[in-house]
Amino acid sequence: MSPPRDTWKKPPLIANTTLRWAVYLSAIAYFGWVSLSMPIDWNRVAEGIGRAGKIFGGAFPPSFERSELLIDGFLESLKIAVLATAGGVLLSIPIAFMSASNMAPRPVFYLGRAIIIIARSFHPIIVAILFVKAVGFGPFAGVLTLIVYSIGFVAKMLAERIEEIDFGQVEAMRAAGAPYLSTLFYAIFPQIMPRQIGLTIYQLDSNLRASAIVGLVGAGGIGATLANAFGRYDYDFALAITIVIVGAILVSEAISGIIRKRIQ
Amino acid sequence: MTSLTEKFGRDDWARFTLRQRMTRYAALLGCGLILAWALTSIEVIWPWVWSAPEQIGDLFGRMYPPDPSNLASILSVLWDTVNIATFATAFAVLLSLPVAYISAQNTTPNRATLWLGRLILVTSRSVNTIIWALLFVAIFGPGIVAGIIAIMFRSIGFIGKLLGEAIEEIDKRPVEALEATGASRFKVIIYAIVPQVMPTFWAVAILRWDINLRESTVLGLVGAGGIGIVLQGAIDTFNWPEVATILLAIIVLVIIGEVISAFLRRRIL
Repeated sequence: MSPPRDTWKKPPLIANTTLRWAVYLSAIAYFGWVSLSMPIDWNRVAEGIGRAGKIFGGAFPPSFERSELLIDGFLESLKIAVLATAGGVLLSIPIAFMSASNMAPRPVFYLGRAIIIIARSFHPIIVAILFVKAVGFGPFAGVLTLIVYSIGFVAKMLAERIEEIDFGQVEAMRAAGAPYLSTLFYAIFPQIMPRQIGLTIYQLDSNLRASAIVGLVGAGGIGATLANAFGRYDYDFALAITIVIVGAILVSEAISGIIRKRIQ
Repeated sequence: MTSLTEKFGRDDWARFTLRQRMTRYAALLGCGLILAWALTSIEVIWPWVWSAPEQIGDLFGRMYPPDPSNLASILSVLWDTVNIATFATAFAVLLSLPVAYISAQNTTPNRATLWLGRLILVTSRSVNTIIWALLFVAIFGPGIVAGIIAIMFRSIGFIGKLLGEAIEEIDKRPVEALEATGASRFKVIIYAIVPQVMPTFWAVAILRWDINLRESTVLGLVGAGGIGIVLQGAIDTFNWPEVATILLAIIVLVIIGEVISAFLRRRIL
């Protein structure tokens, strides 16, 4: 036995010595190699400091002169968010039932999961570009985009909730001879409704955030106004728009937090 | 035996009382009104809406079959995308440590630093990555530097907020014990605070890396590097079969990212 030590050392993060050094070395190798091989134009980056000064100089003070444009854009974003939340939540209920393992037969379950994975994999901006190409510029493309975005989140969370329900009530209804729809309405919906309402409010909040950016690629809303302001070097107007977006997001976050707290 | 009528004053069963029912109807009516307002005032060209399923079908029809002829260059920008996400996460993690420290109520030196910390977190979190990218592309020019900095700016708020909350929830007895022995501030942090927030730290860093991987796929659309540039190019030239290949590559990337982060989470936590 080794003699007892009279000093104490903090145990290392990874107990296995070989693995520890392998992790450290590969991290160093990765970051070293990649930072040397990245295609970076350092001269252009160095110029950036001067440009940053120019941009921020142009952005202050923020200009609220064209506030009409700003309000219109913002209201359009709000409408997109509301419609997309309604559509997305309605569609995600059947999809959630499809992808709950205790509700759907295997093939349907896999189909439902596949829909959710695909909806979740793509950033709303990519979906927005595709919809803008398919159905033209404007808020409709934005609504479709955010419907897909909502399905990815709401259907996934709702499916998890459906998988956790207490099956006793369903069995009791079935034993009493209730038809499928009655079982759905009286045994399953009451159990998932609180979660569904919470999710809807959360999704409305996150759709409002996302609706501010899908406009950058032509899908309507305040993002389009922002992209125009940036493109025309109207940095003071762009800053005003950004301030409005940030303010709206903070307000909607606070409201949705309060409502969700009161419901649960 | 008491009948329903004697007990409740009525002989049929209903889930809600009259008042509850009225509030529920009022809430439904309110939602209906908001929906009606949005639906009637939104500037949509309705014929386009009715032809939408056809148009979307047509678009997917043109994407099939995916064209893998440019696969080599797609994979190389995909690698750039991974690097943007990883570098940005690494920098953001380092930078968010001091921010989390000053924005946690129990570790912040004074009121002013607390509000400074909160200001940094709120600004960073409420501006979307794409908007950050727009700004940094204007500053640093198109390329992956703008992308890395944009994602980093957005991630600092996310990581800093969650880490700050973890610091606020620590057990303060180890801190007091160390302080009682006369340990320096630095040692208190290293030996009493860091071990307690380590699990949250790794969980948040892995989660953010996963999110950043998704976000870095779109940075290219505003010129900030990664696979988005190739995607934009293919869309602008109506090269739909190549668009399909790129979209498939993104799905595979995101799924691999999720598998890796699930693996790391299992191993570390």
